[in-house]
Amino acid sequence: METLERIIAEHPFFAGLDDNFTRLMVSCASNVRFKAGTYILKEGDPANTFYLIREGKVAVEVFAPQRKPIIVSTLSVGEILGWSWLLPPFQWKFHARAVDDVRAIALDGKCLRTKCEENHDLGYEVVKRFARIMEQRLEATRLQLLDVYAVK
Amino acid sequence: MMIMATAITTDPMLPQPYLVRELVKETPDTFTLRLEPGSTFNRSMFQPGQFSMLWVFGVGELPISISGDPSLHDRLVYTVRSVGQATHALVNRGVGDAVGVRGPFGAGWPVEAARGRDVIVVAGGIGLAPLRPLIYQILQNRRDYGRLVILYGARSPRDLLYRKELGAWARNRETQVLVTVDYGGLGWRGHVGVVTTLFKYCRLQPSRSVAMVCGPEIMMRFVTRELEMQGLSRDDIYLSMERNMKCAVGFCGHCQYGPHFICKDGPVFRYEHIRKLLEKYEL
Repeated sequence: METLERIIAEHPFFAGLDDNFTRLMVSCASNVRFKAGTYILKEGDPANTFYLIREGKVAVEVFAPQRKPIIVSTLSVGEILGWSWLLPPFQWKFHARAVDDVRAIALDGKCLRTKCEENHDLGYEVVKRFARIMEQRLEATRLQLLDVYAVK
Repeated sequence: MMIMATAITTDPMLPQPYLVRELVKETPDTFTLRLEPGSTFNRSMFQPGQFSMLWVFGVGELPISISGDPSLHDRLVYTVRSVGQATHALVNRGVGDAVGVRGPFGAGWPVEAARGRDVIVVAGGIGLAPLRPLIYQILQNRRDYGRLVILYGARSPRDLLYRKELGAWARNRETQVLVTVDYGGLGWRGHVGVVTTLFKYCRLQPSRSVAMVCGPEIMMRFVTRELEMQGLSRDDIYLSMERNMKCAVGFCGHCQYGPHFICKDGPVFRYEHIRKLLEKYEL
């Protein structure tokens, strides 16, 4: 049987994380499922969780009045959803919708923030990993903005 | 290893008459033309990655990559995006109309050097067209190659080329096809994000892989960076370059790229050979 500890340790986002830190993560973690089409998080709502995606695909969307939502990116197995729990004002900036049935590990952001404040080594590990994700997604967004396939 | 250009047996400056036999609309602005020789003596041999000069009589001549199956010698297939006067005129030829063809020209993909290795194909937009002959060749000689990974990015779902074939390719043994679009509508259930975001979904074995990349130059720069991050050697990455080609045989200099002529020395280059040039603003 897969334990939360093993799932977290094997998730690419936490690859190589110290066992003691993984155990601290587990105390903030739970298994969650979302049916296809349901919203996992909504812009403006309090951001108190982030997700390690284990199965399925999630669309990150921007709400546009009088238009259909715009999909900014999709996230899939092995990726993480949500970092607004890490920084004030702890509010989601985008919608996230399950495209397929999604299985994930939910990590309680408040719980994790507290543990990171208590243990700065853990905090540094977490921030480093999120910084890498942010850098990758910023680069991808810049490339996306260049609209390289458009007729110039 | 050298990439060998195929010898041209006829006068390279003399267009051969071909007839339009089929015109397929791939996307709102992109069409695939099937041409057949106007003379029964012509056989259409080419290497994947090569291009032809297509003469639209009364309008002009333009370089177009061959996008068809290299094992079919009775035809030449081209996928053309209608973006200017000459391409617009070309895709508006009717079935039975004549087009002049010179070529094939240039150095193609290193299909022989890739034998026994995993092949990573990375295409952006219409860049899938020059890679399609390579994909056909690998799939027809499946045992000669390792895994085939095809990563394809387009602007939006309606801009995806060869949609049916993408699905069919994915059903082949040891073949992974991942498609993404930069802008997806709500009806799109696939991946949204630039093509480089697909790398995390495929487990590459860099030491036994060779990568072949074609797309807008900016996209290729980001892709080569990602391939290097994945551990591929610069010697195992090949890019198809594009410049304004006129004579197609290295005389006129229109497509000069540093010490190279794209038409004669390329369009396919080993990344290591042109890496420094890719960083030059003036080129």
